Amino acid sequence: MTDQGFGRRDFLKTAVAGGAAAAATATAIPAASTQAQQPAAPPAAEGYEFLNLDEAAFVEALVDHMVPADELTPKGTEIGINIYIDRALAGAWGKGERLYMQGPWQVGVPSQGYQLPLTPAQLYRAGIAATNAHCRRTYGKVFDRLDEKQREEVLIGLSTGKVSFDNGLPVRVFWTTIYQTVMEGMFSDPIYGGNRDKAGWRLIGFPGVIAVHRENVEKYRDKPFPADPLSIADMS
Amino acid sequence: MATKLKEVDAVIVGLGWTGGILAKELTEAGLKVVALERGAMRSPEKDFAVPIVRDELRFVVRHDLMQNTARDTLTIRNNPSQDALPMRRLGSFLPGEVVGGSAVHWSGHTWRWTDMEFKVRSMYEERYGKNFIPADMTVQDWGITYAELEPYYDKFECTAAVSGKAGNINGEILPGGNPFEAPRAREYPLPPLTPILASEMFTQAAKNNGYHPFPRPAANASRAYTNPDGSKFGACQYCGYCQRFGCEANAKGSPLTTVIPIAMRNPNFELRTYSWVTKVLKASDGKRVSGVAYTNLLNGEEFEQPAGVVLLCAYAINNVHLMLLSGIGEPYDPVAQKGVIGKNYCYQTGAGATLFFEGRHFNPFMSAGGSNATIDDFNINWDFDRGQHGFVGGYNVAGGFNTALPIGYRPVPRGTPQWGKAWKAATAKWYQTAMNISASGSVMANRYNYYDLDPTYRNAFGQPLMRMTFDYKENEHKIGQHAAQVINDIAKSMNPTRLNEATVRTRWTVVPYQSTHNTGGTIMGANPRDSALNKYLQSWDCHNLFVVGANVFPHNASYNPTGPVGALAYWTADAVKNRYLKDPGPLVPA
Repeated sequence: MTDQGFGRRDFLKTAVAGGAAAAATATAIPAASTQAQQPAAPPAAEGYEFLNLDEAAFVEALVDHMVPADELTPKGTEIGINIYIDRALAGAWGKGERLYMQGPWQVGVPSQGYQLPLTPAQLYRAGIAATNAHCRRTYGKVFDRLDEKQREEVLIGLSTGKVSFDNGLPVRVFWTTIYQTVMEGMFSDPIYGGNRDKAGWRLIGFPGVIAVHRENVEKYRDKPFPADPLSIADMS
Repeated sequence: MATKLKEVDAVIVGLGWTGGILAKELTEAGLKVVALERGAMRSPEKDFAVPIVRDELRFVVRHDLMQNTARDTLTIRNNPSQDALPMRRLGSFLPGEVVGGSAVHWSGHTWRWTDMEFKVRSMYEERYGKNFIPADMTVQDWGITYAELEPYYDKFECTAAVSGKAGNINGEILPGGNPFEAPRAREYPLPPLTPILASEMFTQAAKNNGYHPFPRPAANASRAYTNPDGSKFGACQYCGYCQRFGCEANAKGSPLTTVIPIAMRNPNFELRTYSWVTKVLKASDGKRVSGVAYTNLLNGEEFEQPAGVVLLCAYAINNVHLMLLSGIGEPYDPVAQKGVIGKNYCYQTGAGATLFFEGRHFNPFMSAGGSNATIDDFNINWDFDRGQHGFVGGYNVAGGFNTALPIGYRPVPRGTPQWGKAWKAATAKWYQTAMNISASGSVMANRYNYYDLDPTYRNAFGQPLMRMTFDYKENEHKIGQHAAQVINDIAKSMNPTRLNEATVRTRWTVVPYQSTHNTGGTIMGANPRDSALNKYLQSWDCHNLFVVGANVFPHNASYNPTGPVGALAYWTADAVKNRYLKDPGPLVPA
């Protein structure tokens, strides 16, 4: 989504504005159907379960910046990393399954690990808002409206701790969480919504689910293994 | 109000390797045994089948087979001056929480710990003098010898289908094996696993550097096998999904496919899953325990299970926790250096290098749990003179792979960007062209590394969490430095295209994963002043209570702990069957 572009969020914001904007809705509908029929569009069943419009735009921009299209893989949204993240946040993990959530709460020291009174979904939500606030302050617009160079600057700031959030949310914890989820979306089984067409596995030559290598250990010792990766769905 | 149930001969708390071994042995000896397991039953043929078991996100990242920290965890700190905070999710170590316990998801590395551990204080003092061991290093002899344990090691290796190559049979040093190992009575039950490229390259480099590499012994059946109890194993498929997964091929030595099903077929045995033991109950005479209290996790109902003998066989940390919650034995106090329960908690240290070789093909997804070659030249080699290096203990070094799956394993040279086109290109280039050399180092007991009950945080049953106070001390730093140097020298001699050199661990942190090798807390020993248990793992305080697991180790070696854990379970089973039942009372005079 570029600064100049008129993306889904803009359309939806217009569409739901109501009242005086109702007339505009009528003209906007054909545009939406046209968009849905574009062959490059992801499968229709997608949609977001957790991310709101701003968060979805942030995540889409994030994963397309971290995983850009080139001869090695399609871009992050085409691999479904954004969908993986949405489903993970909407699901049990995002809601804090297996997370000890009793106080009292203290910041602690890094060797004591995660100590925030937030589920992963709450952390994501607060972190996106805080990052966008930083972007607005620094560049006058939110993350997904930044150009490539500015996005790079923001990610470097988050990953090195050069950016800090005014509201006390620890940048380091937010960054390690978003980084880990982007990697999960790229390399976990496609059944979770990411790694579409096993693009992450194809990138590195990981064979996926089928793994009976008893004969292969010797046969392919120091030789490339011709992997056409298989996923759980392929084997079910 | 708890419902009091009918007394049984023995109750086992936790059904993993140790509980499974004791359940089988004691029911075969005619005892009525009940096992209480907090986790659920998993069936290998249904739960570990392809394709569902081949799921890194579920089993590795989301900890499907592991303890649920929302319900019970521990608090952690590096030293007594800090406030301990809850380990809010798992990280550094991963206790299992299913029938079979951590033995469902282990990799199978099976070692024989030697007298260099069991006689640690006397051997070092004899060779280096009394001042060599620092005053705050609370290492002590274990009260047991390798010779006593040898037949039980053998029994465990045969049960668990350990593949390996003997290096020392009755004192004769054999080519291809570990020349430093203590004498074995006979060969491993199965030949070693097929080497992979990384282990072959490490083997050659280690030899070139004058070391003595050998294939790591592992409970991964190198071919189809039937153990002495009649349990059948398939051949390992080198599937690359070993650590943290159940085994689809039935090739991993697991109690879930060996001792537990045998006990389950015995009418003397009853397993109650979803049963959370909250306390061991003391008898009115104070010299015995009367049974245990537990909660049925399916409906919250509380029970009291009276038993003639109580065997704590939960994960090492949880055994200690139960002892502290039950008020059995005097809790350890690091200031006064009095008490024993919680004393000598130990972990392991380590160092690792990543070597990048343009043009080679390591295929890291093809490996068994034990696919590596190892050297013990700086570990159980007593000829290695620690005097000039000033440390007690040692480390083993290995080259190979174990469960190199892509969410967690994507090696790139240091300095590579973390995202973008350059990151992708490097990830693609190096995934199959990199290998690791890593060391696992011992941790000697220290006065200030210990467990007690946390004053603030509680579990889902309203009980205090256990508090772990732990950090690496100077001894571990020296071991780590030595190990990093040896690793880097071997690595450089292999002339890699790029090298991420090994560095030293300084402070223990709760993330990332390091090893599920937590030891100590209810240690065995020669007298009740220094230890919680005698050499038969019998409580000095209550003679019908036995506590089995790595929690009995007075310190931690560089080796994985399951070999002596399994051997000691058989050793304790024999002591209970053949001695205790005939004449119940202390097996060693206090």
